[in-house]
Amino acid sequence: MSVNIHIEHLVKKFQDVEALKDISFDVEKGSLFGIIGPDGAGKTTLFRILTSLILADEGKVMVDGIDVVKDYKKLRQIIGYMPGRFSLYMDLTVEENLNFYARIFHTSLSENYDLIKDIYEQIEPFKNRRAGDLSGGMKQKLALSCALIHKPKLLVLDEPTTGVDAVSRKEFWELLKKMQQRGITILVSTPYMDEAALCDRVSLMQTGNLLSVNTPQQIVNNFLGNLLAVKTNNMYTLLSDLERFDGADRVYRFGESIHLVSQRPIDEVKQSLRDFLSIKAYQKIEIENKQPVIEDCFLALMEKTGTL
Amino acid sequence: MSQRETIIEVKDLVKKFGSFTANDRLTFDVYRGEIFGFLGANGAGKTTAMKILSGLSRPTSGKVMVAGIDVSHHPEKVKRKIGYMSQFFSLYNDMTVKENFRFYGGIYGLSAKKIRERTQFYLDKLDMKSYENMLLKNIPLGWKQKLAFSLANIHNPDIIFLDEPTGGVDPITRRQFWELIYEAADQGTTVFVTTHYMDEAEYCERVSIMSEGQIKALGKPKALKEQFGAATMNDVFLKIARNVE
Repeated sequence: MSVNIHIEHLVKKFQDVEALKDISFDVEKGSLFGIIGPDGAGKTTLFRILTSLILADEGKVMVDGIDVVKDYKKLRQIIGYMPGRFSLYMDLTVEENLNFYARIFHTSLSENYDLIKDIYEQIEPFKNRRAGDLSGGMKQKLALSCALIHKPKLLVLDEPTTGVDAVSRKEFWELLKKMQQRGITILVSTPYMDEAALCDRVSLMQTGNLLSVNTPQQIVNNFLGNLLAVKTNNMYTLLSDLERFDGADRVYRFGESIHLVSQRPIDEVKQSLRDFLSIKAYQKIEIENKQPVIEDCFLALMEKTGTL
Repeated sequence: MSQRETIIEVKDLVKKFGSFTANDRLTFDVYRGEIFGFLGANGAGKTTAMKILSGLSRPTSGKVMVAGIDVSHHPEKVKRKIGYMSQFFSLYNDMTVKENFRFYGGIYGLSAKKIRERTQFYLDKLDMKSYENMLLKNIPLGWKQKLAFSLANIHNPDIIFLDEPTGGVDPITRRQFWELIYEAADQGTTVFVTTHYMDEAEYCERVSIMSEGQIKALGKPKALKEQFGAATMNDVFLKIARNVE
């Protein structure tokens, strides 16, 4: 029941802003594909073109062999779309919203209950509550249920976890995995770099450009240089001092430590770094080898392409 | 270690909306110059507590002292001592950068001379001199965010409240933003910040984690990780904050 997506040389301008700068990539049938990028990367524009809500200036998009411009009516039958802004009816109850969306697609809640069961069970205790009175996490689950009500082959989710806390984010991704197991192709965008690791393949986006399209593992494997995590007694001044360290290509804060990227042999860098910090009278110096994660890669790619 | 000055003192703070208890006996102190992370799940009661601390809402009971002022009795006085910035920052898109400074400076009652001084100071610091006469709507999000932070600081507040200040920005801008926070704290401004990015929780000196209207944990990130046997703050958060309707 799943579909593949083919995107070719997509260009979209809004007056003089180039929202999409010649984007091409494919999404495989049945995969969970992530578009990772900050606000202004072009994620929403891409999704709106793909769901036939706006037209591209150049290029084409095919979903399961359907041209999204010529055959938009067919397309809309097979996709479920969850926009970034909550767009259900605030003054309808949970149940009323679901029934409303079901009827638009000439189906019913009971007909496709099996598909949304896992999600709907979590919001069912509040089925008589108005959508406007739900918490953030619950609203997301209702929106997801509504996007699934007509058994779409492709699910397009625009930043479903923005502004959602870490617990709800985790639960939401578990639900997406379940939907994928039922054969639905999923395209999801997010500004959270850690969610990239949960996708089969991801495209990293920044200001209308694709920085990389690959599996999360391959993106991490392509990281150039050695990565060290550095901690000392004084983390505030450490960053500016490390910026002056000879062997450092890049330094940036990363949670409890500071990450330092170097192209020099790792043991040599570690030793000279330790000396460098000791001379500057730092104490409790900890230097550790570190495996890069997607955020390290994204930072490296941003720097390389100068897309700031 | 010498005794640090307490700048926010909260004791048995309770806030009820009808039969619903949004804040259930919150008790904590924040020190001057500290970066204090105020974490919690959606609906845990963070925004309610922040509104009370900034004089926008009155507690049902309990004691809340902010910069030496009793918030329940003098909410207007508190507002002069604090700065506030949220993710949906309220800058004026159809005014220029400079005009936004003049507007906010005016609201806080700064003199024309002082406003000019502060405007120059921040434009230099953010390297935004060439943007000063540009309409705000034409400025990239990352810059706007730094500008919003500067405007919230224009009157040299004792405490600055940041409500999810870095939502949606790219990882480089997010880090530049945190350098501004560090710098402000280094100069003695207390920073009270909420975030859903758990790596940012690590940048705080101490964090509290709320769930169901109560503070379930409070301490330095390192101590909390030890206490909960977790490798990261994300794991600590997942252990504490359960989703409850």
